[in-house]
Amino acid sequence: MKPVPFDYHVPTSVADAVELLRTLPNARALAGGQSLIPMMNLRAAAPSHLIDLGKIPDLCGVHETASNLRIGAMTTQRSLERSAVVRRHCPLLGEAVDHVGHQQTRNRGTIGGSLCHLDPGAELPVAAAALEMTFTVTGPGGSRTMSFDEFPAGYLTTTLEPDEILTHIDVRKTLPHEGYAFLEFNQRPADFAIVSVAVLLTLDGEQVSQVRVVLGGIDYAPIRLLEAEATLTGNRLDDKAFEAAAAIAAAHPCEGDEVSPPEFRQHLAGVLVRRALRKALERTKVSVNA
Amino acid sequence: MTDNPFQSWMSKSVPRVEDDRLLQGRGKFLDDIRLDRLLMAAFVRSPVAHAILKKINLDAARALPGVRAVFSYNDLRPLLSLDRIPLALPSGAIRFDVDPPALAHEEICYVGEPIAVVIAETRAIAEDAVALVELEFDPLPVVMDPRDGVDKDAPKARLDCPDNLVARHVLKYGNGEAAFAAAAHRVKDCFRLNKGGGHSMEPRGIVARVDDDDLLTVWDSTQMPHRAKAILVNALGLSEEKVRVIAPDVGGGFGPKAVFHPEELVIPAVALKLRTPVKWAEDRFESFTATVQERVQIWDMEAAFDAEGKLLAIRGQLFHDHGAATPYGVALPYNAATNLIGPYALPAYDLEILMCLTNMVPACPTRGAGRPQGTFVMERLLDRAADELGLAREEIRQRNLIPLEQMPYTIPVIMRDGSTMTYDSGDYPECQRRVLEAAGWSEFDKRRDAARRDGRFLGIGLSNYVEGTGRGPFESASIRVGPSGKIMVSSGATAQGQGVKSMLAQISAGVLGMNPKDVHVVDGDTNATVLGLGAFASRQAVTAGNAIYLATRRVAEKARAMAAHMLEASADDLEIADGNIFVKGVPQLKVTLGDVSKALSGMPGYAIPGGMEPGLEAAVDFQPGPLTYTNGSHVAEVEVDPDTGAVKITRYVVVHDCGRMINPMMVEGQVLGGVVHGIGATLLEWMRYDDQGQPATVTYADYLLPTCDVVPRIEIHHMESPTPLNPLGVKGAAESGTIGAPAVIVSAIEDALRPLKIRIRDLPVTPARLRALIAAAQGKGAAP
Repeated sequence: MKPVPFDYHVPTSVADAVELLRTLPNARALAGGQSLIPMMNLRAAAPSHLIDLGKIPDLCGVHETASNLRIGAMTTQRSLERSAVVRRHCPLLGEAVDHVGHQQTRNRGTIGGSLCHLDPGAELPVAAAALEMTFTVTGPGGSRTMSFDEFPAGYLTTTLEPDEILTHIDVRKTLPHEGYAFLEFNQRPADFAIVSVAVLLTLDGEQVSQVRVVLGGIDYAPIRLLEAEATLTGNRLDDKAFEAAAAIAAAHPCEGDEVSPPEFRQHLAGVLVRRALRKALERTKVSVNA
Repeated sequence: MTDNPFQSWMSKSVPRVEDDRLLQGRGKFLDDIRLDRLLMAAFVRSPVAHAILKKINLDAARALPGVRAVFSYNDLRPLLSLDRIPLALPSGAIRFDVDPPALAHEEICYVGEPIAVVIAETRAIAEDAVALVELEFDPLPVVMDPRDGVDKDAPKARLDCPDNLVARHVLKYGNGEAAFAAAAHRVKDCFRLNKGGGHSMEPRGIVARVDDDDLLTVWDSTQMPHRAKAILVNALGLSEEKVRVIAPDVGGGFGPKAVFHPEELVIPAVALKLRTPVKWAEDRFESFTATVQERVQIWDMEAAFDAEGKLLAIRGQLFHDHGAATPYGVALPYNAATNLIGPYALPAYDLEILMCLTNMVPACPTRGAGRPQGTFVMERLLDRAADELGLAREEIRQRNLIPLEQMPYTIPVIMRDGSTMTYDSGDYPECQRRVLEAAGWSEFDKRRDAARRDGRFLGIGLSNYVEGTGRGPFESASIRVGPSGKIMVSSGATAQGQGVKSMLAQISAGVLGMNPKDVHVVDGDTNATVLGLGAFASRQAVTAGNAIYLATRRVAEKARAMAAHMLEASADDLEIADGNIFVKGVPQLKVTLGDVSKALSGMPGYAIPGGMEPGLEAAVDFQPGPLTYTNGSHVAEVEVDPDTGAVKITRYVVVHDCGRMINPMMVEGQVLGGVVHGIGATLLEWMRYDDQGQPATVTYADYLLPTCDVVPRIEIHHMESPTPLNPLGVKGAAESGTIGAPAVIVSAIEDALRPLKIRIRDLPVTPARLRALIAAAQGKGAAP
């Protein structure tokens, strides 16, 4: 199918892009185009103006500071996948990006595009929720930051204003001996997740001192399982603890379809949470950024 | 009848003659055709599955800048000589034919049915105009299930038909009643089998142009250009010489492109009216909604066995979802029903086939054409019986396979060409023995037990099948040697990527001792070959292959006779190789094929030397007679994750017998592709509709095809049992790989979960469905 007619703009600065978004009617920002362009071709999206962010300098790349990584929103998934800095200091993000689409789509798709599109089956929002990434957005009034839990507004919808652009993301470095795991279930490896799970785990001796458990594919946006985290924190990670966390995950209400009905997704959530916790626990035994 | 045609170029994995062009991007597919003043078409399609069309308003669409014309049924009808497209294939089973209209009017019967066509300067403008068309409907109840649909109280899928039972057929032989009464064992089950569509990489498409001298040239991405021409001549009321249909490079067919669709009539009609060329290139959304597909068959079946596990009888009912029209007769369910018998001795069979109209796009054969479903049912019944009798799965099959000494083996079923169903050749027990050996079947228990100690669940499956290939009534091929010495071959065979040109070139080059690259092949053009049928039923190597073989033999004989005259030698002493005809052992005593052709072309006023008929050419319409049966045996190993229902195929072994192979590399490509199609049908592909007939899977994000990351390495071994039915001894290979796959994969999954006694009845086997079966079994107290 062919898209409805639209005008295409290529600003070279964030300010120009924001101005175009502010002044043009029915304008949409274009990142890697791996979701928006197919939606336009199916006429499921019909923007009158496309503002291509691809020629704005400084929106790409991974920059390391003492405690953080700062990732430009237009950094491609492929460059995250191949980034030694990401693998070393944010291995959960690396593991999540390994599950994103195909190499061909990762060559074009960006981290910012995926986060802003906020597909319920997408991997990067789940990792962002577990890593508690901080988003910096720029609009006509300047820049502001928000945490990931302020970001989703609904199905395929974020709290970004129509004239705001996500410019970069800050993520803390993973601690030595912090366990992590990203798992997903789908029928083919490159598909969107039917259910995905991200886990981060820090132990104090044998006890859990901090844990993050996030589910994807269950609701319109990633769900942080605060109840499971509270149940695990302060306790030893034994089979009983795994089962308790899995039961909480499997109890979360969920929608589904004929191929993957709700009860199947809920069951998978439990299975994946149990497996991800096990894997994260294994990984606490080696230093990730050694 | 079989002789030995195999010379230097035969039975070798010669590189395909098509590939240089295609790999260098020089292919010319439908959408590559660009003509002066070419306009683009987009169709207004029904958004509802069943309704009365009350009103259609085309004003806004017509007023859009860039739109040249918009045609509804009322605008199109004066251009047609018939009210419906004449597609009926005769069958005693058909109670009433439902030929589709070119454009729907009054009653709309499926989502995607074409209602109007917009012709515009670009496809984008045409789509903009489609969005401006206003339609008003009175909705009608829909029929979505073929079993519910034949109930006497069911709503009607088409108001213009007496009921939904469009065809009914009873396939019956032997004394089933007595066999069931006397049976030591009976097994019974009901299966609900979905199968995927064709999903060729290139969707359908058509370009039509009318010249100043009123010649209508139609480029059609079709498997059957000659049938398309015949329908166009009939439906447009034209004479044969005014219509030429060309199948250009076609990027896959797999069945749906053998069916003539409404768009193939609408676009030529519109081009005739506008007298400007028009193109319609189907997009993927249209492929999902408006291209014929395979869907569900429900099989309610029972089998009777004696105390030793020998089949006595099978009986049951098959409910077939036929969709909203009958553009391709009853071939699909009939193939399914007859192929159930497979390579086994089945003394009695009683199957009632009920073909139900539904409010979905018509169901027509896709690769395998019903046979995978029939084979699935037989193989599942055998596995059930093996469990019941405590026999190994290979043992119950061994006891029922038709032994070599009973070949040819006749089954009292009358086929659509009037012949009695006969397996002509093949060694079925040996085929099974070889696949078990190649797969290491007897050592599998050790592997399974070792894996289970690691908490992994492995299973192994086995299936055997046959496929009737090479359907007639004939195929044409001609060969001409020009004075240049170049060889031109043309045929009614039509290529969609399977290597038809290579097959024809290799056979004629083989006879003439030449390089296949030096044979120029024209296929898929009604101007190059007057008669032809095209691609369906794994037939072209059997039909066109033997036609070109016989034609080339005639040319070779004539060339030898003429050369004998020219060289003053005996024809028996001459040999042909590399374009030369020479005296055996005296290669310098030679003439070239070009010299012979030149001599046979004649000189003004002079007699042709030797008193021979002019020309070095021959044409043969080869009539293959009854089907020749390919067979195969598959073994698959799977690993099942009982917690998630995930199935991973870890190993796949095929032993395949399609008679003599012309090009083993191309046969392997066909078998491999067929298996991949079968894997899709078993685990992934599922065209879904909601209960109101809205298609739910209209992109490849929702409709899952087997990708390379879920397909295992497929190991293929060959047997060659030449058929006595044709001179080359060849059988078809194009669909066979698909047929054994669903049965073998499901057998392996059930085996992996054997302690749970899982019974898989539905295809595809999705993780959720498998997990539900596992959960139900675990609920009963069993643990994997």
